[in-house]
Amino acid sequence: MEQKSKKRVLYDRGLRILLWVCASITCLLLLLLIGYIFVNGFPNITWHLLSTEPSFRNDTIGILPNLINTLCLILGTCLIVLPLGTGAAVYLTEYAKNKRVVSVIEFAAETLTGIPSILYGLVGMLFFCELLGWGGSIRAGIFTMVIMVLPTIIRTTQESLKSVPQSYREAALGLGSGKWHMIRTVVLPCSIEGIVTGFILAIGRILGESAALLFTAGSASVLSNSLQQTLNSSGGTLSVALYMYVSERGELQVGFAIAAILMVLALLLNICAKVAGTKLKR
Amino acid sequence: MKRFSEGNGQGGMELPRTKGIRAAFEKGMNILFFLCGAVAVLFVLFISIYLIISGLPAIREIGLFPFLFGQEWASTASEPKFGILPFILTSIYGTAGAIVIGVPVGFMTAVFLAKIAGPKVASAIRAAVELLSSIPSVVYGLIGMTILVPAIRSAFHLASGATLLAAIVVLAVMVLPYIISVSETALTAVPKEYEEASLALGATEIETYFRVSVPAASSGIAAAVVLGIGRAIGEAMAVMMVAGNVANMPSLLESVRFLTTAVASEMSYSSGLQRQALFSIALVLFLFIMLINAALALLLKKGKKD
Repeated sequence: MEQKSKKRVLYDRGLRILLWVCASITCLLLLLLIGYIFVNGFPNITWHLLSTEPSFRNDTIGILPNLINTLCLILGTCLIVLPLGTGAAVYLTEYAKNKRVVSVIEFAAETLTGIPSILYGLVGMLFFCELLGWGGSIRAGIFTMVIMVLPTIIRTTQESLKSVPQSYREAALGLGSGKWHMIRTVVLPCSIEGIVTGFILAIGRILGESAALLFTAGSASVLSNSLQQTLNSSGGTLSVALYMYVSERGELQVGFAIAAILMVLALLLNICAKVAGTKLKR
Repeated sequence: MKRFSEGNGQGGMELPRTKGIRAAFEKGMNILFFLCGAVAVLFVLFISIYLIISGLPAIREIGLFPFLFGQEWASTASEPKFGILPFILTSIYGTAGAIVIGVPVGFMTAVFLAKIAGPKVASAIRAAVELLSSIPSVVYGLIGMTILVPAIRSAFHLASGATLLAAIVVLAVMVLPYIISVSETALTAVPKEYEEASLALGATEIETYFRVSVPAASSGIAAAVVLGIGRAIGEAMAVMMVAGNVANMPSLLESVRFLTTAVASEMSYSSGLQRQALFSIALVLFLFIMLINAALALLLKKGKKD
């Protein structure tokens, strides 16, 4: 009896310690990663880096074009994917009567989530860049990202649509509202926090994406004169630029500077997502 | 009188017409939303068909067996060889290694989060995990290149530290947040009564968590592992930056090439059969991912039923 209870105490203690150790490893890992990036990155962020384009003549590097490309990609993608994804979610929760159809669409969205970004890059390159003849351009990048981000938008929006109480819908319909009017004035405003969260997640995904964009939007770092030109020409986002500078040119310092910028943006987005989740709900 | 009846008549005419317009409008909106939903299905079909169509020609030309089991990849040689066994095995070993390291740590962290941590500590760790998952893969690659690769080089006295081992460690860190968050969800969903019953029978808290809660959440935890496998096998850029990118048969301390990096590294300059062979590699990768997806869907469904 004594023996067994000793064994049990040991089991209990041992596992408890192991749990604490593993949780601490996870947290320490994050702190170390962030600390390392910030310590190496911040000293290398200069105004010159942020505000110029790379110049071979002066042998300087600037990431302004990459910042603009990233912004264009984010805005362009969200402009298409937000209505599309929200529409799909509305169909799934409000309109669809056939359970089969719902499960097929949900299965498709799950499948899209699981496909690696390099495959998106490949298909995007084959279809948008070559078959449609767009070449390596931000436009091709935008459409590739639309396919990639769609399931995220569908899922977050769908979840918040589901949380709108059924009685709201019944009340609106009972007052004589049409279905679309009911959705537009009651259901969608009530689930705004899900749509905003989806938007934030999409931004994060596009910021961090590199493999899919390298083959569709390319990696150029040139300032364009107009929006039209930006969309039609090749342009690397911050993540792609990081890869190019580090792997192709060995510019580790620029790499760390971009990494620090990306980390700050990721932090900000995480905070925004938290705030959107709690504040907008009221 | 005439005007009145006219007005009346018009009103009577108009009512069904607006009703008709309204019904047509609602019908239109219904169709519009259905199209939005159908787009997701179209995308999946489109990607699958595209990958199959572009991947098959090279396999047909090289032959399925020599392609899948050929041990040598020399795509630019005068007598090119297109055997992708090194890539397949590297992807499998690399993923297995990442899971072996990542799952225990992730699983334990999830148990800690779901059962032991107080609400404040838990929400802090949860925020940390979310942040880990939002770090871009190129940043992981950069950190791996500057810390891990030199460390491995000096620890094992190698000419270069860009090895399978470096890739495994980077992948292990990258899959960690997915494993933690999915397992935690499964563990929190275990009914309180199970745990209370076990505690009432005299089991300690830890015994309860590991012998009651964990088995009850097993299919959710299995789903977490499968999700981790999917993420690890599909990762390209981080691995490309730390694995050295040489088409060797996998060995822990040698430079290797994964399925993903095989596609990525030659895509920009390939042509002809070499290019088509890259599409075939993508097809093989896609089939792997579809298998993993199917397993994941099954496990999640089972978890819901339990």
